[in-house]
Amino acid sequence: MELKEEGARTGDGPAAEVPPLRRIVVESETVPIRVGDYAGPPDPEYGKEPWQLAAGLDGEPTWIEERMRTEGLSIAYGDKRAVKDVSIEVNSGEVLALIGPSGCGKTTLLRSLNRLVELTPAAKRTGRIILDDQDVDSFDVTHLRSRVGMLFQQPNPFPMSIFDNVAYGLRERGSKKPRRRQLEPIVVDALERAGLWDEVSSNLNHPALALSGGQQQRLCIARSLAVSPEVLLLDEPCSALDPISTGIIEETIVELRSEVAIVIVTHNLQQAARIADRVAFMYLGDMVESGPAGQVFGAPREARTQEYVGGGFG
Amino acid sequence: MNIEVRTAAPGPRPKPGRRARPEHHTGWSIGDRVGLAAAWAAGISLCVVAAVIVLFMAWKGLQFLHLDMLTSSPEASMDQSKSGGFLDPLVGTLLLTVIGIAIAVPVGVGIAVWLTEYGKPAGLARLVESGVEVVAGTPSIVLAIFGLLVFQQGFMGIFSFTAAGGAVFGRSFIAAGSMMALIALPLVIGSTREALNSIPRHVREASYALGKDRASTIRRVLLPSARSGIATGATLGMGRICGDTAIVVVLLGASMQTTPESGPLGLLRGTGSTLTSYVYNNSPAGEGNAPDKAYAAAFVLLMIVLLLNFVVGLIGKRNKPQWN
Repeated sequence: MELKEEGARTGDGPAAEVPPLRRIVVESETVPIRVGDYAGPPDPEYGKEPWQLAAGLDGEPTWIEERMRTEGLSIAYGDKRAVKDVSIEVNSGEVLALIGPSGCGKTTLLRSLNRLVELTPAAKRTGRIILDDQDVDSFDVTHLRSRVGMLFQQPNPFPMSIFDNVAYGLRERGSKKPRRRQLEPIVVDALERAGLWDEVSSNLNHPALALSGGQQQRLCIARSLAVSPEVLLLDEPCSALDPISTGIIEETIVELRSEVAIVIVTHNLQQAARIADRVAFMYLGDMVESGPAGQVFGAPREARTQEYVGGGFG
Repeated sequence: MNIEVRTAAPGPRPKPGRRARPEHHTGWSIGDRVGLAAAWAAGISLCVVAAVIVLFMAWKGLQFLHLDMLTSSPEASMDQSKSGGFLDPLVGTLLLTVIGIAIAVPVGVGIAVWLTEYGKPAGLARLVESGVEVVAGTPSIVLAIFGLLVFQQGFMGIFSFTAAGGAVFGRSFIAAGSMMALIALPLVIGSTREALNSIPRHVREASYALGKDRASTIRRVLLPSARSGIATGATLGMGRICGDTAIVVVLLGASMQTTPESGPLGLLRGTGSTLTSYVYNNSPAGEGNAPDKAYAAAFVLLMIVLLLNFVVGLIGKRNKPQWN
């Protein structure tokens, strides 16, 4: 690993108010690190401290800022406790991977972040989930879900045109029905960010279910992005896809990381190692260990993590 | 390395000169073979029966059917050259079908959506389900008699003809159409529920995850996805309505000609006939005793119903969303 120092930050804030900030860029393919090297008072422009910095696959440094966190979160289905006292933060600018054997509660944890778990009648939650310093229970659930998007295991476009799929979340939001011309720039932008625009630009009116599985999944990403979420939850988004589509989706995720906080549940440790900046290992509902991906995979602190990432069980 | 090569499956070798039976039949007992043969025979004889019905009706129907029968009204005459055609019954069949389906589809889709998407309290849902089963199992003549009872009540007078003394006639296109809706309703509910149940749960969740509530998920995602199921149910229901006779005989009045009442909805409040009642009345069992007219009308009716069944097949194949 090679560390190199760069000069003062030339950010968007006024130069006089923002103290100089040294930037440490990590040139490494797999080991992202977070360096809190901001000395001095918190920056009023951003209101968060400390400034944190990470570098991922593409080598581009990204700003890291907390978006969501759970505090002592437990979820039980009837008598069965699926998630036990989990506290974890979700930051924008990085990909957080939840790993662990089947039934360890990672999907339940993910689905609790947008309160989708509440659709299961027997599910009961204790503990707090906080989005941008506000308890998620204080939000209207539909508002919360438009800020915390989700992608599912199976690609599930709606049986309508490609355009209508992406525009779906935007319609019926206000009292006035938006026209297609008003929606078009947002739809195009979302498709571009999901890396699908080049393939579908000429047939936006074609049925979405006629696309290939990988394209459908990227369409679902575009559909989520169109409502400009702050957090994107991915529940094993590649498990139904072939290796090539998986690769494309992974690239898309890494590119999106700078704009949206991403949480991904995956069974695939290689995938977690490829795209995650931070990894949390869960086992039987417990959050055993979480930390930078390099540390969890390279030098896990807990024996159970060691066993799992080393292939001891699973 | 030893490689064992097997050239044939173990078991008795087929006799030379005879074609080997497919392997999966070799172990069958006599009873199984007789059963299989009986199943084959039953299937083939059903095809024969169906073919005979269609061919016989086509032979008789085409023999007596003239184009002007489709464009002229029935007339009261024992002389068959003057008793006209069956334009009114044809229009009556179409009108009754439209009324029945126009009532059955919204009500049926509503019930199906409530049962699949809400269904709470569970006891009420079970009650609704058994209600649907009761309606589906009730013979149409019973529905007809019940309908007559309902529509002869004084406050139902607006739906049919009220005589000078204040007695409500209780027979009209609306009265018959409402009971026809009950015949189509279980089919619409069944096929809509099936379509809604076949939509994976994660598709609903994807809509919720975009910040949509349940109502707009139903309206924008589930109902469009269930469109082909709804259409299938509606078409099956139309087939049943076209073919039902008891309700027409009891509830549509006995007039062969369409006889509207006065007023803006006079046609719907009036009486008439359908192809089924026309066939019944012209068959040797009826008053006219004009079997040739009955055959011609029966052939047209059969064609309409077969066409509807064909449409059901088409809808089932197309437009059905497929998720992985």
